[in-house]
Amino acid sequence: MNREKLFEVKDLRISATNDDGEEVPIVKGVSFDIHKGEVVALIGESGSGKTTISLATLAYTKPGLHFAGGECQLFGKDVLTMPPLAQRELRGGNVAYLAQSAAATFNPAITINEQVTEAAVLHGRLTQQEANERAIELYHALELPDADRIGHRYPHQVSGGQLQRLMAAMALCGKPDLMVLDEPTTALDVTTQIEVLKAFKKVIHEENSAAVYVTHDLAVVAQVADHIVVLYSGEIMEQGSADQIINHPSHAYTKRLMEAVRPKPEAGQGVELTHEHHRDIDNIEVKDMTAGYGGIVDGEPVIPILKDINVSVKNGHVVGVIGESGCGKSTLARVMAGMLPPARGDIILDGKKLEGDLHDRKLEELQKVQFVFQMADTALNPKQLIGNIIGRPLEFYHGLKGKEKHAKVAEILEMVELPAAFASRYPMELSGGQKQRINMARSLAANPEVMLCDEVTSALDSIVGANVIKLLTALRDKTGVSFVFISHDLSTVASFADEIVVLYAGRVVEQGPTDEVLEPPFHPYTRLLISSVPELRIGWLEDTMKKREMAVGIARGVEITARGCPFYNRCPLAIEGTCELKTPPTLELERGHQISCHLTLEQLQEAEAEAQKILLGYEKLGQEDPQVHVP
Amino acid sequence: MTEQVASKKEEEVLAELDSFAELPDAPPKRKFRLSWVGWVSVGVVVFWLVICVIGPSIAPFHEMDMDGDDSFLPAGQGEYGYFYLGTDYLSRDTLSRILFGARNTIGISLAATLLAYLMGITLGILAAVKGGWIDMGISRVNDAILALPTIMLGLIVIAALGSSIPILIGTAAVIYATSVFRIARALGQDIMVQDYVEAAATRGEGIWWIIRAEVLPNAAMPLATDFGLRLVFVVLFISSLSFLGLGVQPPASDWGSMVRENLQGLTYGSYAAIWPAVAIASFTIAINLIVDDISAKSGGSLAKKMV
Repeated sequence: MNREKLFEVKDLRISATNDDGEEVPIVKGVSFDIHKGEVVALIGESGSGKTTISLATLAYTKPGLHFAGGECQLFGKDVLTMPPLAQRELRGGNVAYLAQSAAATFNPAITINEQVTEAAVLHGRLTQQEANERAIELYHALELPDADRIGHRYPHQVSGGQLQRLMAAMALCGKPDLMVLDEPTTALDVTTQIEVLKAFKKVIHEENSAAVYVTHDLAVVAQVADHIVVLYSGEIMEQGSADQIINHPSHAYTKRLMEAVRPKPEAGQGVELTHEHHRDIDNIEVKDMTAGYGGIVDGEPVIPILKDINVSVKNGHVVGVIGESGCGKSTLARVMAGMLPPARGDIILDGKKLEGDLHDRKLEELQKVQFVFQMADTALNPKQLIGNIIGRPLEFYHGLKGKEKHAKVAEILEMVELPAAFASRYPMELSGGQKQRINMARSLAANPEVMLCDEVTSALDSIVGANVIKLLTALRDKTGVSFVFISHDLSTVASFADEIVVLYAGRVVEQGPTDEVLEPPFHPYTRLLISSVPELRIGWLEDTMKKREMAVGIARGVEITARGCPFYNRCPLAIEGTCELKTPPTLELERGHQISCHLTLEQLQEAEAEAQKILLGYEKLGQEDPQVHVP
Repeated sequence: MTEQVASKKEEEVLAELDSFAELPDAPPKRKFRLSWVGWVSVGVVVFWLVICVIGPSIAPFHEMDMDGDDSFLPAGQGEYGYFYLGTDYLSRDTLSRILFGARNTIGISLAATLLAYLMGITLGILAAVKGGWIDMGISRVNDAILALPTIMLGLIVIAALGSSIPILIGTAAVIYATSVFRIARALGQDIMVQDYVEAAATRGEGIWWIIRAEVLPNAAMPLATDFGLRLVFVVLFISSLSFLGLGVQPPASDWGSMVRENLQGLTYGSYAAIWPAVAIASFTIAINLIVDDISAKSGGSLAKKMV
């Protein structure tokens, strides 16, 4: 590899000016080098200044910030002091930027090809003709379907993962010296993330271009980075080669970050229930439920989201609901909470049928089922004091007033491990993790039997999210509340849930106790999900791509079908003539473990054994150590 | 690899991670402050509000006192006293009439704007919260009124009912309630889809709680910003009506009618029409500047969108 020094960040300082005219340092003297053909990862939690530093390579700061010192040298020339015209040439020319959300980056009214080639032509690096050819070359390199013609489509005509890859083509089209990738896979599902990562890695390698990769996800970094810079609060904690940081971290903060990365989903991680909570009474149950949007015609929703769902939550249990975005997992919680009346089927609480619409439910029933919203930022009224936010359910459901209420608010704040003094603060004056705790505290204040948690850790930093999970586990043990925990993150669910429900395209494909679901036999979709969760191990991506699930599973999109098995088009084991036509039967296995599949138990076990054989074959060839979950 | 020395020790970083008191992303408390332009504008507005109260008692003459036969006297000593700003077409003291007129112009506008707000917000929030047919019904009636040119509508109503101060206030209030309704409804709809309103709804809260505790506190700031602007429009509307002779009736003074009455004076080089115009301009511009200042300072992207 050519180790010529391409970019040098020297003692970079960036400050903001606050309302009092004081300088507030945001980036406090950061230095690192980028060599040709090297991927440098900037890793840190929100507020660490990683995006701010990455934008500095474009000689750009967000409004309100300014460069307070230091240099950013491209080929030995400082870009920060360049005249504006030269900086314009730099941006999109020498240095290309890939934003987090491709959906927000592409203009929906212009065809993809025009947008991909625009910068290269504008900067005069290529003619339109050359740019078009180069774009098609890149589409092939990025393994986009229908590569020769995909450029003529509009952004809404391709999937999210494809759009993310097209954005990479946009950045690479003008052959930039440096690419800046700002959390390019954070918003994607695991199965999509893996395909995007693979494409990025391949293209960066082939083009021998350098890249700055900004992310908070260590497992992703382990797959793509050559050099890692660990940031905290605008300072470098530690930097070194990927191998050095991942395998031998020296700084305590890096170690803390590594701890927050959940182990790969495996059986035996869930916390065993203490006996006083372990009562096998159904707390809340959903029976043969079908729901959707757009009104109901002939007993069927116009836009069906969930179909024939059967889920039961036992007293004091945690049921994890997982699936990719759009599979209907949030809708399931909304139906349980009464926000969306189902088209068919029943919701049963403590053996009594609940009304579908929450307006028809009794106060006592509402109190027993509490919904925790995903985004604490929007779920807490910015104009209400924390004390009032938590105090309202106490007053509303339990009639507490005055001193009694204050005492109870303090008690609940203590339960979520926050100081009682927070009662006199506004939500704006808290950090993200603290707000999420308040969000849960409000539901706790109702003294519920079931809490429906909708992706409560998804918007949080890894360390903060890990703390929230710890808190939830403690709350479950302390209060005996049942949880329905919705997440797209299998690792989080595996470490916390007693039972797992796997949803795909609005249907339950597999459910049962955590240890059973995460042990073979698997439903082919569960298998795909499990093998898509990135591991904190260098070389994991390459190993995984050799698996059969990946080859079939990642290339296709989700299709919601009226009949047959919805996973048919992505399933490596699909039986033609059966799977796409008939609704799969449910295989009843031990301890209530259910798999909806046309394959027999023996066939699933056989397929599993075969998959293991392939992996063992790689091992024998000495290519790598697969470390894949083997029963 | 060059190892850098960070200003924070490892233990300090860990301690920070574990403590709740000062997380790096906890935002500072927001402060409310005006620029010097804002303060000057506040001064101007306060000045006029004070004049509304004490104007008649400090005026050198009564608004109806006529000073001999000479109209459009320049500033200076007259037959009955000293005219600081000259006299008008009926040789009345311009300064006194402005001081008296402040009460009419600002008083009527303020009353009409408050009334418009009362109607607009009540109906707007109701439409946003209730939705469906109620929203549809109120909105379409509102659209119909909004489609009529304001001055024409004012002319017709006043021509039919006659010009008196209560009718003037009522007409202006109804006309301007339509735009307040639009803003209140849009704001209300924005807030109604927020998760915290949904959280209140799933808790089983009634409509009154949702309006009072969840919607109104969040709509208050943008609505207050809009109030200033709306007041300006009403001042100009009342002045235009007066200018057409349908507003405040002579001999009572009002800034708008003063401009109309004294227009012909301009040809004689008299400032009698200019001074009331300056009064209108100073009051309305000052309010606008305050609104600008507030929306610039307090992240009023919403307030700006409305303007």
